[in-house]
Amino acid sequence: MKNLKYLVIGTWFGILLTKSEAVSWFRIQEMFRFQAFHMYGIIGMAVVVGMISLLVIKKFKIKSLNGEKINPAQKPLQFKSNLIGGFVFGLGWALTGACPGPIYALIGNGLMVFVVVLTAALIGSIVYDLIKKHLPH
Amino acid sequence: MESLLQGHWPWYITGILFGLIVPLLLFVGNKPFGISKSLKDIASLLPQNRFHQIKHDLKPNFWRIYFVVGIIIGGYLAVLFLKGNATIDLSNSTKSDLENIGIVSFDGLAPSQIFNWEFLLSTKGLLIMVLGGFLIGFGVRYANGCTSGHAIMGLSIFSSSSLIAVLGFFAGGLLMTHILFPLLFN
Repeated sequence: MKNLKYLVIGTWFGILLTKSEAVSWFRIQEMFRFQAFHMYGIIGMAVVVGMISLLVIKKFKIKSLNGEKINPAQKPLQFKSNLIGGFVFGLGWALTGACPGPIYALIGNGLMVFVVVLTAALIGSIVYDLIKKHLPH
Repeated sequence: MESLLQGHWPWYITGILFGLIVPLLLFVGNKPFGISKSLKDIASLLPQNRFHQIKHDLKPNFWRIYFVVGIIIGGYLAVLFLKGNATIDLSNSTKSDLENIGIVSFDGLAPSQIFNWEFLLSTKGLLIMVLGGFLIGFGVRYANGCTSGHAIMGLSIFSSSSLIAVLGFFAGGLLMTHILFPLLFN
């Protein structure tokens, strides 16, 4: 039951992804062609609000509901994997017009063919786990 | 109110609301915002065999399964009640660029001529949806994060790994949009 709150927040995130049009293949094309501010505005604003929120949390030492100290760890810097992996994902993002969050949202939106995109992404994730020890990190 | 919610949500509102998901997840359960690892979570639920063995402690990650199921529900509700699949007010220059590579309809969230079951079975459809999905899954795991985990969460905490990953996202996206996709689609 304690996970139910994440279902609620996820639902809110799905509504937001859809109504912000971040799920739209057209919007992603527009972004990678630098022809509108829309996506840059959304991502930029989200980063600024995220930064301010974390500064506020730190300044007032706000604890989480379960009493833990909030201090999210930075992901380890792995130059090669961050860059190459990011590049590979970027290719897929521009092809399908979706990043992982929108894949789920689009299935809910009724574009059922994105179940195939999700399945392919799961296979990609599994293949990564199989060969990761041979990849530069 | 209802018509306001059903109309277009401006980027400066949705941007703020996206950003607030970061402190919300931290506050309710000290969870870092991110979606890409859900692929590993789901993959670890599948039956394991000699070729598919994932060492993954699902218990501390199980919340993410609820989160992504929520995203599907949210996507459904947004279309059902909030006109979430209304036609996008796309810039004219993007429209004419896309018309030049053969996109004919701009209705809905994604071109219906591409994202349908019949087109999936064509070579181009397979490349776009199956190869595209594979590249997403492989890439986000290799990069250790996606748009939410790296671009929004990671940049919010000034993570240098996230900055490099985001540069990678854009390098790949620009190459695909400007060079590979026109070759593929013409």
